[in-house]
Amino acid sequence: MLISMNWIQDFVDLSGLDLDQLIQHFTLSTAEVEEVFHKGRDIEKVVAGKILSVDKHPNSKKLHLLKVDTGSGVVDCVCGAPNVREGMLVPFACAGGRVCAGEIGKATVAGYPSEGMCCSESELGISADHSGLMELPEDTVPGTDIKKLYAIEDTVFEVDNKSLTNRPDLWGHYGIAREFAALAGRPLRPMDTADSSRWDALPAVSIDIEDKELAYRYTGLRVDNVTVKHSPVNMRIRLFYCGSRGINLLTDLTNYLMLEMGQPMHAFDARRVSKVEVRRFPKSFTFRTLDGVDREIDENTLMICSGGEPVAIAGVMGGEGSMTMDDTTSLLLESANFDGVSVRKTSTRLGLRTDASIRYEKILDPEMTPDAIRRYVKLLEDIDAGARVVSRLSDVKVRGFNEVTLAFDQAFVDRYTGIAISGDEIEHTLTALGFGVQRDGDRFTVEVPSWRRTKDVTIKADIIEEITRIYGYDNFEIKTTKSPLRPVLATAGRVADTKTKDLLADKFAMHEVHSYLWCDAAKFKEIGIPVEDNVQLANTMSPDHKVLRNSLIPTLLVMAAENKSFSDHYGIFEIARVIEGRRTDGTCDEHKKLGLVLYSRVVGEKELFFEMKKRLCTLASVIKDRPLEFVRTEQPAHSWQHPRNTAVIRLNGEDIGFMSVVHPNVKNRIDKKAALLCAEWDMEAFSRCPAAEPRYVDPSRYPGIDVDLTFQVERGVPYADLEKLLRQEDSELLKSHRLTDVYSEEDGRDSVTLRLEFSSQEKTLAREEVQPVVDRMVDRFEQQGFLLKR
Amino acid sequence: MERTLESIRQDFDRDLANAASSADYEQLKVAYLGKKGRVTELFKELKNVEPSQKKEAGQLINTLRAEVEEKLAAGAEKCRQAEEERLVNEAEAYDFTRPAEAEQGSLHPITLVQREVEEIFASMGFTIEDYLEVVDEYKNFESLNIPKHHPARDMQDTYYLDNGQLLKSHTSAAQNAIMRKYGAPLRAIFPGRCFRNEATDASHENTFFQMEGIMIDTDISISNLIYFMKTMLSEVFHREVKVRLRPGFFPFVEPGFELDISCLICGGDGCPTCKQSGWLELCPCGMIHPNVLTAGGIDPEKYTGFAFGLGLTRLAMMKYGIKDIRTLNSGNLKALSQFTAR
Repeated sequence: MLISMNWIQDFVDLSGLDLDQLIQHFTLSTAEVEEVFHKGRDIEKVVAGKILSVDKHPNSKKLHLLKVDTGSGVVDCVCGAPNVREGMLVPFACAGGRVCAGEIGKATVAGYPSEGMCCSESELGISADHSGLMELPEDTVPGTDIKKLYAIEDTVFEVDNKSLTNRPDLWGHYGIAREFAALAGRPLRPMDTADSSRWDALPAVSIDIEDKELAYRYTGLRVDNVTVKHSPVNMRIRLFYCGSRGINLLTDLTNYLMLEMGQPMHAFDARRVSKVEVRRFPKSFTFRTLDGVDREIDENTLMICSGGEPVAIAGVMGGEGSMTMDDTTSLLLESANFDGVSVRKTSTRLGLRTDASIRYEKILDPEMTPDAIRRYVKLLEDIDAGARVVSRLSDVKVRGFNEVTLAFDQAFVDRYTGIAISGDEIEHTLTALGFGVQRDGDRFTVEVPSWRRTKDVTIKADIIEEITRIYGYDNFEIKTTKSPLRPVLATAGRVADTKTKDLLADKFAMHEVHSYLWCDAAKFKEIGIPVEDNVQLANTMSPDHKVLRNSLIPTLLVMAAENKSFSDHYGIFEIARVIEGRRTDGTCDEHKKLGLVLYSRVVGEKELFFEMKKRLCTLASVIKDRPLEFVRTEQPAHSWQHPRNTAVIRLNGEDIGFMSVVHPNVKNRIDKKAALLCAEWDMEAFSRCPAAEPRYVDPSRYPGIDVDLTFQVERGVPYADLEKLLRQEDSELLKSHRLTDVYSEEDGRDSVTLRLEFSSQEKTLAREEVQPVVDRMVDRFEQQGFLLKR
Repeated sequence: MERTLESIRQDFDRDLANAASSADYEQLKVAYLGKKGRVTELFKELKNVEPSQKKEAGQLINTLRAEVEEKLAAGAEKCRQAEEERLVNEAEAYDFTRPAEAEQGSLHPITLVQREVEEIFASMGFTIEDYLEVVDEYKNFESLNIPKHHPARDMQDTYYLDNGQLLKSHTSAAQNAIMRKYGAPLRAIFPGRCFRNEATDASHENTFFQMEGIMIDTDISISNLIYFMKTMLSEVFHREVKVRLRPGFFPFVEPGFELDISCLICGGDGCPTCKQSGWLELCPCGMIHPNVLTAGGIDPEKYTGFAFGLGLTRLAMMKYGIKDIRTLNSGNLKALSQFTAR
């Protein structure tokens, strides 16, 4: 919203103050100022010039040769304006002066000297009208500075509308002026209005509020005999500076009122609208608004009607047929208050946000509707002395907002602010902002003014804001708290996340990525992954991104496909949330997962398989000091998992996730020549598992004996079967065992070499002492058909 | 005997002079000092020496043995040194300038920034909490004093799900749960991913990270809020930053503020980044609204508190000069693999 400081100064005397500084202060205390414009500063040496003669330019159809009286002499001027005529008074930019377009010099135009320029309003920056020269009143003395004639110089600033969302009172200049008055410590002048009691004997306008839910108040007045058509120049300049387009006096006045008081108004042509009903319609219909667009009115839309005929969409826009025209002399004024939520919904539905609807949706003060009419009439009568009010001020009030009285003491303010703001200052500030303040020592009782209590100020904490923002946050002393400090340990979840990320990035050189919570159907399709049924977004703009993901892996595989040019061997991971369908109560079953994908054109699938397993085991070992168990699953849950090479990962007896070779169906679409491995586990389950405590055993001081045994094992026998046999031995001397080699023989069997590690706490072992254990082990293996290779 | 000794000494000296390699010395050692070496043999002959001369002869042999040992050791040492010298001289001079690639993965820039901010707050006694991404209207709106018809609840801003839940549109959605979990007094931060239903471009994302912080105790004031924000932001940016508060409206705080910091590019003099104002709008904050405390089970008559929301995504972009916000969720390793610094 644009604010004119000239306008503000109608209501508060800011003389002697630096306006730019004051506006800066406004940003810090009230609302954000986005930009400041110094209007008229670029207009120099433009005076009233009287056109003494107009001659045709011999070489041009459009140009004329003028003699202009500038008050300080008669000069030549070549002019191309269509409306130029002898005797006309116009703004004349003398040589050496400036207009919006730049400096004016002496020039030769089409062969003739020109010592200045006759200006249109647009060239002075006071309207968009560049159709012809601006015409000054006939009695203007030539040579008068144009800036003395009109308020061209002004400081205008733009307030960020968003920062006014909760301040309905700041949607007009008067409310802003109140802020400046408080900030500058100067009094706010009362608004000059017409005295409505003089119309009390006149007949009322018929106003029938049928819809008492959505209409709060409707005030109307009828005025006849308006003959002036155009708004005064200064009013038009203000409207233009504040972003409003001048139309005709009656409409301009409603806009002026709205910009001044924040109260939207509408002027109906009284030939069309002589009485008013406010209601909704049970069935939808089409209604043409004054911008000429046909709009669908539904059963939720509040309408203004006259004799049953719809004439305006309440709070949004008037109808085409009932607006004031150039020949309108008689009008019905509307100053009303409607339900803000309803207006917002209507304007959103119609895609029609107007200056009025933007204000109504902020929830305006219903108390200002009669004053707005009184003010309108005051301004109208000043401009058109012949205008006659022919009805009494007709006002139907359905409801208002309750009075709000807040009580608090000095200690409350001190506690909230952390600094000492004196009682006098509190009283002074609140009074300046229009609050009624009663003070009894340290205790305050504050009555909230009607324009602040529609939603903005309702509790004590709201008062703190009023006091502190005017006090100025820059003036606050900055202090730390007195709260005692307590030690805080990182949660298990945080530790697990951090360590996992560090290990994967630092030890295994993997790259962390982030991705979206939903499936990308198009990209999934490219790599042969169907979007599985899951909870969906109800209102997304892109149908391809509708279904929430139930696993990180498909997205990570998409990324693997997209990063082939990055490297021929890499791994990516993400810790993020997925939705594993719905719980029994219908809510999302949300889990935080770790997902990993390894891609390689350098090593084969089998090698990559064991690389993935090593990384997972390292995570479990480093973070939990626990082994992982992998259990092959015959029926993988997802189509992108390899039916033979998918396993459930088990940690401390709990299934936490899976590891899979990527199904060739998907893998070949990504890269026929690459190997792709993936794994995912639940980070909550992982972090929930307690870390094992280290179990310390004194290392033996005596050298031990390692015995390597190589068995012939049919291919396909899982190592777990051999492990089971190894574990059957309970000799205390056998400390550990390990797999040292698997060699694939040509006969289709594997030669598996196991190392048995023996040691004793008491002595150096001799081979004879461990031989019985070795023999027993060999027996066990051979009984199962695993022959010792001798 | 003496003659024998002398001839052995002469032979040894001659042999020694011919020795060139450590193998030669080893051979000499065997020949003279070994089990059947010439010096060793001398000891065996002692039994044939007359008893009166035995002592003297023994001493002579011992002297000879010591002499041989010493000369052998010195020779061997010289030989070893020569060999080591040769190894050094013949060694290939490796090229230290040839590049060696560090084996290194990367962490997401959000992770890096998030950790940095977390460490600062952890050091000031703040608990770090994690929270869900799918929440309900109560958590995202009602508990935060955002009433039913507030514009923020309009369909166009929030992602609603077909089961009636929604994707949290701000980290504030965790406030209620965390207040209920810990009660007062409380210091906590809760980073998280948030979602807004809007079209994406270089500066707009529908998925982004925020970090919310709250501090609640019996006497938390606006003055404290400014202190913590200034301290935290100075740490984040590794320099003293100026902060200023402006009124800002957010339903879950009262008073609410927009916090600006002195522009990081120009230091406050005015530049294109700060639109010549010298200030950058950084984070919304304020005193927690009494209704929010009440909803969180905390008595607003007894406790006050402040809350702030920091845009982690924006912070990461500012810190690393990432111009297109979509880079962050792109999975493009050519971009993301650059974030190796800890």
